[in-house]
Amino acid sequence: MSEDKLPESHGSAGQHEVATHGDPFADPGLPAHEPRRTDIDERAAKRAERQVSLMFVVSMLATVGFIASYVAIDADKIVYIFPLGHVSALNFALGLTLGVALFCIGAGAVHWARTLMSDHELPAERHPIEADDEVRADVIEQFKTGAAESGFGRRKMIRNTLIGSMALVPLSGVVLLRDLGPLPEDKLQHTGWDLATPEHPLPLVNMNTNKPMKAEDIVVGSLTFAKPEGLEEDDEFFQQQIAKDALMLVRIAPENIKDKDSAELGFEGILAYSKICTHVGCPISLYEQQTHHALCPCHQSTFDLADGARVIFGPAGHPLPQLKITTNEEGFLVATGDFAEPVGPSFWERS
Amino acid sequence: MSAANSATRGASKPASTREKPANKAEAVADWADGRLGIYSLAKANLRKIFPDHWSFMLGEICLYTFIIIILTGVYLTLFFNPSMGEVVYHGSYAPLNGIRMSEAYASTMDISFDVRGGLLIRQIHHWAAIVFVAAMLVHMMRVFFTGAFRKPREVNWIFGFLLLFLGMFDGFMGYSLPDDLLSGTGVRFMEGAVLAVPLVGTYLQFFLFGGQFPGTEIIPRFFTIHILLIPGVMVGLLVAHLILVFYHKHTQWAGPGKTEKNVVGMPLMPVYMAKAGGFFFLVFGIISAMAAIATVNPIWAYGPYRPDQVSTDAQPDWYMGFSEGLIRIMPGWEIRAWGHTLNMGVFVPLMVFPLVLAVIAVYPFIESWVSGDKREHHILDRPRNAPVRTGLGAAWISLYLVLLIGGGNDLIATHLHLSINDITYFVRVAFFVLPVITFVITKRWCLGLQRRDREKVLHGRETGVIKRLPHGEFVEIHAQLPQDKLHKLTAHEQPLPMELPAEVDENGVAAKTGVLTKTRAKLSRGFYGEGSQIAKPTAEEHHEITSGHGHH
Repeated sequence: MSEDKLPESHGSAGQHEVATHGDPFADPGLPAHEPRRTDIDERAAKRAERQVSLMFVVSMLATVGFIASYVAIDADKIVYIFPLGHVSALNFALGLTLGVALFCIGAGAVHWARTLMSDHELPAERHPIEADDEVRADVIEQFKTGAAESGFGRRKMIRNTLIGSMALVPLSGVVLLRDLGPLPEDKLQHTGWDLATPEHPLPLVNMNTNKPMKAEDIVVGSLTFAKPEGLEEDDEFFQQQIAKDALMLVRIAPENIKDKDSAELGFEGILAYSKICTHVGCPISLYEQQTHHALCPCHQSTFDLADGARVIFGPAGHPLPQLKITTNEEGFLVATGDFAEPVGPSFWERS
Repeated sequence: MSAANSATRGASKPASTREKPANKAEAVADWADGRLGIYSLAKANLRKIFPDHWSFMLGEICLYTFIIIILTGVYLTLFFNPSMGEVVYHGSYAPLNGIRMSEAYASTMDISFDVRGGLLIRQIHHWAAIVFVAAMLVHMMRVFFTGAFRKPREVNWIFGFLLLFLGMFDGFMGYSLPDDLLSGTGVRFMEGAVLAVPLVGTYLQFFLFGGQFPGTEIIPRFFTIHILLIPGVMVGLLVAHLILVFYHKHTQWAGPGKTEKNVVGMPLMPVYMAKAGGFFFLVFGIISAMAAIATVNPIWAYGPYRPDQVSTDAQPDWYMGFSEGLIRIMPGWEIRAWGHTLNMGVFVPLMVFPLVLAVIAVYPFIESWVSGDKREHHILDRPRNAPVRTGLGAAWISLYLVLLIGGGNDLIATHLHLSINDITYFVRVAFFVLPVITFVITKRWCLGLQRRDREKVLHGRETGVIKRLPHGEFVEIHAQLPQDKLHKLTAHEQPLPMELPAEVDENGVAAKTGVLTKTRAKLSRGFYGEGSQIAKPTAEEHHEITSGHGHH
């Protein structure tokens, strides 16, 4: 289209081949070869030869060193090496000997090539990638013959049904992937806390001590992590359960709680929020006592726990779900039902 | 009977008239040639010319690190147990004794502490992967900024792009396999990203994880994809990439004796073989030494993954840093309607991530469309002589870097004592502004360099010798450049921008100009118009200045 705008055709600049007489910019052609020291001085050449061999010998020694280290050094031996600090002695010895063994082969080969092998630069011709017109015409002719013989264009019914069958057959592969996993159903809508009902409340268990908690154990300004009673670390589905059930208990002086609904879900200023960030699901673990802000260390979503865990910074899209808690007759903290909304990252079916 | 006889006799006699081989080696070569046709193959390639330039080593580093990754990866599969079955650890690393963990994590611990040399191979594998992606990126920059992607090499540019993309993903999967606290956090991030896909997100997540997060399937599945599927595709692409490099022959810089129709350099055998072959060992040696002295991914320090635990400054490997940046700086927009939630805060970054890469992948086609250039190019452009392209490349890199800052905002905040919120706000603005600024500065810089080249061609180089003229003026003597330098500085082409077709054709009938044509003309003006290149000196200008008197 704008072919005529290219330098070659409007002739302002294509100096590559035109070596017009008196053109100061003409290509002077390949410069003459300049010999290296090793090309003319036999002693320099000999020295280079010795240097190359020396590198290969060092490589051999390093390999021997590698094997010796493998045999002699214990795998769990830790040594102090400045400035690396405490490192595995075996890793250090093996890595350095292997490094030297390999590097010296490379250095030797490159030095050999640079000093002793010929350094005459040679031109080689390029040939255009495109075939010439004759070949092109011939191939197209052959293709047309083949196409005509197949009758692909003539027998429309065969062609169309072939296209249809080819379009459908990959579906089998997609369908086969169905059994990779179960259907989501409403699994993401619930957590392990849905075992709790007002009649049978579920006690909150301290994540560290594995014991039920009393309200007075939790001091104002503290952050405690909890899980539902009955969920044990060696349960088959522990990882899957804790990924949804993990709870963060915070106690805020009641007059500092800005969100009234939130205060009502809690018990005497103890608020139980999901520990799983509503952004992409990292556990939230950084809490600032004075501001009541909780920060997710993965992507820095920040929630104001005093204000219904509202998002005040970062990429999370909605507040942390809150669990309604109270105490039972013995004074232990319990939940009386599941979270009102799904925990963790949001998804299409989440209302 | 006699026919059969003659046939046997015919077979017993050698059919070829070839002379007896001079030695054993020739005999072996003859044998192979009779079956594989190696002589015809070698005829063209044994003394194939390779031009020499330091930047060609970037591609070599990619190739060699890939080989190192495969070699060490095979070793690691011999010891690694890709299972999420739970075990209690009793091994050499005392701090984790009695802790529950997956077999994947436990076997990675064993590789690191009980298999002799296992830690080294793990470290080499990880370091080589980091260098691999870095080298691919820098290699790609080299190809981009020199215009080496132009016809006939556009397809190879696409292959290279796919290799980078797959390399990044395979890196992410490999990082996830040990099932340590850091990598599990990465997998959790991926789960959240998959869930954010509208309509089918939850289904994709359940099929990918075999149920709810984390389940027991994800590590074995990642393992298969990491060691088989992606490397398999990559080997195919790599071979195709190299075949095309071989077929197209290398590009070269303009210079004396170098034209579009030749390639100047040294033959494959012996020089290039020794240099390139030797370079493999140099790369392997350096990466081994790095693995010996610099620890990467100390999984024992992170501990096994549990979904309710996390460490601070959770970071992906650097090449995923820009996607991490996208996810961190995106405001948390959620659209809720008709009982559904569209998680824009995650979904938008998820879409922008491949887009940032894809823009660079299709660039060769954009440029050739704008220039209308259908010729083959084997002489490289100096970046300054293609200011718009250079500016676009620099803008892209600035975008990448600013997102990397966004991805490491926590580290930057703690190390430089800055507010993490301020960094995020800065990156949100810089995402849009910085690439534009970078483009403008780079383009101007290129034009300045073009002007300097022009000056050099016309007035020669500064000698540093000051001369006093009879009337008292001081001048610096400029020396004429030799012809090879003059040629080098003026060898580049300067295409003219496309012009819109006339409003009316020769018969006075109004001709319609499509939007596409108009856009193209506008882009073309942007690329090659007056503001985008400095007219290079002509031979006449040079004559005028050098032959005139009174000049210094």
